[in-house]
Amino acid sequence: MNRAFPRRKPGIWTTGDAWVWLSTAGAVITVLMLVGLVGLVSYNGLSALWPHQLAQFELVDGSKALGELKRTDEDMHRIQIKSGNRDLYGIDFRWIDDVNVSNRSFPENAWALERLEHGHFYGFLTNMNASSASIDGDLETAFAKALKTMALKREELNDLESELASINTSLESLNLELLDTVDKDKRTRLEALKTEREEAFEVLRVKVDGFRSELQSQYVTMADCNGRTKDIPLFSILRAYQPNSMSVFSRTGLYLSRMLDLLTEPPREANTEGGLFPAIFGTAMMVLLMSLFTMPLGVVAAVYLREYAKEGLLVRIIRITVNNLAGVPSIVYGIFGLGFFVYGIGGTIDDWFFSNRLPTPTFGTGGLLWASLTMALLTMPVVIVATEEGLSAVPKGIREGSLALGATKFQTLMRVVLPMSSPGILTGLILSIARAAGEVAPLMLVGVAKLAPKLVVDQQFPYFHPERKFMHLGFHIYDVGFQSPNVEAAIPMVFVTTLLLLVMVLGLSSIAMVLRQRMRTKYSGGAF
Amino acid sequence: MKNGTPSQTEQGETVTTTSLEVRDLNLFYGSSQALKQVSLEIPRHEVTAFIGPSGCGKSTLLRCFNRMNDLLGYVRIEGKILLDGEDIYAPDCDVIELRRRVGMVFQKSNPFPMSIYENVVYGLRIGGANEKDVLDEAVERSLKGAALWEEVKDRLKDSALGLSGGQMQRLCIARAIAVNPEVILMDEPCSALDPIATAKVEELILELKDSYTVVIVTHNMQQASRVADRTAFMYLGELIEFDETEIIFTRPANRRTEDYVTGRFG
Repeated sequence: MNRAFPRRKPGIWTTGDAWVWLSTAGAVITVLMLVGLVGLVSYNGLSALWPHQLAQFELVDGSKALGELKRTDEDMHRIQIKSGNRDLYGIDFRWIDDVNVSNRSFPENAWALERLEHGHFYGFLTNMNASSASIDGDLETAFAKALKTMALKREELNDLESELASINTSLESLNLELLDTVDKDKRTRLEALKTEREEAFEVLRVKVDGFRSELQSQYVTMADCNGRTKDIPLFSILRAYQPNSMSVFSRTGLYLSRMLDLLTEPPREANTEGGLFPAIFGTAMMVLLMSLFTMPLGVVAAVYLREYAKEGLLVRIIRITVNNLAGVPSIVYGIFGLGFFVYGIGGTIDDWFFSNRLPTPTFGTGGLLWASLTMALLTMPVVIVATEEGLSAVPKGIREGSLALGATKFQTLMRVVLPMSSPGILTGLILSIARAAGEVAPLMLVGVAKLAPKLVVDQQFPYFHPERKFMHLGFHIYDVGFQSPNVEAAIPMVFVTTLLLLVMVLGLSSIAMVLRQRMRTKYSGGAF
Repeated sequence: MKNGTPSQTEQGETVTTTSLEVRDLNLFYGSSQALKQVSLEIPRHEVTAFIGPSGCGKSTLLRCFNRMNDLLGYVRIEGKILLDGEDIYAPDCDVIELRRRVGMVFQKSNPFPMSIYENVVYGLRIGGANEKDVLDEAVERSLKGAALWEEVKDRLKDSALGLSGGQMQRLCIARAIAVNPEVILMDEPCSALDPIATAKVEELILELKDSYTVVIVTHNMQQASRVADRTAFMYLGELIEFDETEIIFTRPANRRTEDYVTGRFG
C-alpha cells in the first residue's frame, strides 16, 4: 500500500457541515418567526369571539365587580376585567388588585348583553315591562321570547327604512333632473311627480317613526352586580346569553354565529363592534379591479419591451426605471393618485358630466376606481418584471418552430409564447395581489373610508358605483386599533381584522397559485 | 446546366426539375462572412445533404432557404436564391408564404405545449383553416406521412410533451408536412436521437422524397450516404463540391472532400 500521502481528516469548515448548520439555523429562525406571527394573530383573532365566563369579585370594601377576565398582571398582583356597562361606569375595563379581593365566583344567572350602543352589559335580569309580551312563567323565558320577536320586528323596520331610503334617492335624482329641465310642460310633470313622492315619503316616515318608538318602548330592567338598575330597550339588544351556565356546544354555536355576523354584518360603535363585511367586500373589490387594470397593462408593456423594442440604451434605461419603480415608497403613489387621478381626471369628469352636482364631487374625490388605478400603478412593475422573465424563459426553438410554419410574430406570441409564459405572468399577479391587499398608506389618500355605509355594488342603477368610497381591512386595522375612542375594547377587533386580512391575502393569492400550477403542468409536462 | 433528370408531374407535363437554385450567395454576420460565393441547384423530389465540419456554414445556408436568418437582424445577404424560379429575397416576396412552401425541422425537436392534434394543425390554423373535417383529414394524412399515426392515433388529445424524443421529432415532421410544403429543410434532425429512432426518421426521409424536396444538414456522413441522392460538401463557408452522393463518397473530385469523407480531418 502506498501511504506516501496520508489524508488529513477534513475539518468542520472544509466539509461544509458548519455552513449546513448555519443555513439550517437561518431557515429555522425564519420559519419560527412566521409560525409565531401567524400563531399569535390566529390565537388572538380566533379567541376574540369566544364567549368567556363572567367572574364576580367580592371586594374587601363590600362592593362587587362583574366582568370577563382579560389578563392577569403577575408583577403588580392585579387582574384586569372587562366590566362593560359603559353607560353606568363610563369605562369598559378596570383593574382589581389581588389584595382587595375577598371572594371570586362565577354566578350562573349572570347575563351578558350585546347592545347596539354602549358596548356590552353584564348583570342580572330583574324585571321586564310587559307592554306587549305578557310574562307568563319565569322571567328568563319571557325575556328570550321577547328578544326573538324583537329580532323579527327589527328586520321589518330595516325593510321599511330601506324603502324610505330608496324614495329619498329617487327624490334626489328628481331634484337634479328639475335643475336641468327648462321645458315648461316637463317641469310641471316632474314637479307633480316630486310632490307625489314627497307625500309618499312623509307617510312612510311617520309610519317608520311610529314603529320605531313602539319598538323602543319595550325594555328590560337589568341590575349590575351592585344592584344599580338600568332600563335597557329590547330594541337595542342584539344578543343575550348566560355565559356561566352555557354548555360547550351552545358556546360553540354562539361563537359560530358571531363569526357569521362578523363576515356578513356592517360595523357598529365606531367600528369596534359588529361585523367587517364592508371592509372584506371593499378589499376584494379593490384587489379585483386592480388586477383587471394591472394585468393587461403590465403584460402589454412587458411584451413590447421584450419582444418588439429594439434592445438598446433606451430600453435598458426603461427597464431599470421600471425595476426601480417597484421600490418607490407607496405613499408617493398615493400622492400621485390623489393629484393625477382624483383631482386631475376625476375633477375633469365632474366638470364635464356631473357639473349639476358640484360643488359636491362625484369622481373628484377618492373612490374605489381611483384607488384601484393607483394600486395598479404601484404593482405594475412587479407584473412587468415577472412577465419579462416568463417571456425570456420560452425557448428560442419553440418560437422558430412557429415562425417556420408560416406564423407571424404576433401569431407566435398569442398562440405559443404568451401561453407558455403564463406561469410567469401569474407569479407577477400573485405578488401584486399580496402587495395591493396589504397596502394602506396610498389608499388613505385615494378612497378608503373609516365608514362607507354604501357598498360599491348595490341594487341601485347602475349597480356598480366605482366612484364611491370603500372600506379596507388594512385601513380598518389602523382605524380600530389607533383611531378609535375606546382602544382597549378594540383590541380583539384588531386581531380579528388582522387574521381576516391574512386569510384574505392567502385566499386571493391561492386562486392565482392554483391557476399557475395548472398552467405549469399544461405547458411544461412530459418526459424528457 | 440543370442538375438531375427531367421528371413528369401528375398532369404529365414536363417541368423544370430544379426546386431551389442558389446563385453567388454571400452572407455576412455583421462583418464576418459566413457564406462565400455559394452556387448550387437542388433538384426536385430528391434528398440533398449538406455535410462539412462544424462552422462551415451548412446550417446557415439551409436557413437561407426559408429566410430564418432574417430573424437575427444583423445578417446581410448578397446574391440570389430562387424557389421555382422566383427570387425569395426579392422585396415583394411574402416571407409568410415562403415559409409555408418551405417547411423546416429543427435539430432539437420543438413540439408546442399543446395536444398532438393541435401541434399538427398549428400551421393550418394560423393559415385560417378551422373546419373540423379539413383538420381531421390533415392530421391523419400528416401523421401517416410521418409514420407516427399508428403510435398516437388513440391519444391525439394528449399533450405532445408526453411523447418520446423520436416521436417528438416525427411529430415535428408531421407538423411541417401538414401545410403541404414543396421543400422540407432538416437541420441535423437525428442528432438528439438514439439509433433506433434515427433509423425510423431516415426511413421516413426516404419516403418523403416521393412528395417533397428534402434538404438535410447532417454531421453524420453515414447518414448522408444512406439517405441522400446528392451531397454537398462545404468547408469554411465555401461550397467545395456538390455531386451525386455515390461520387462524393467514392471518387470525389476535390482533395479536401476526399480527406473529409475518409475521415482524415473534420
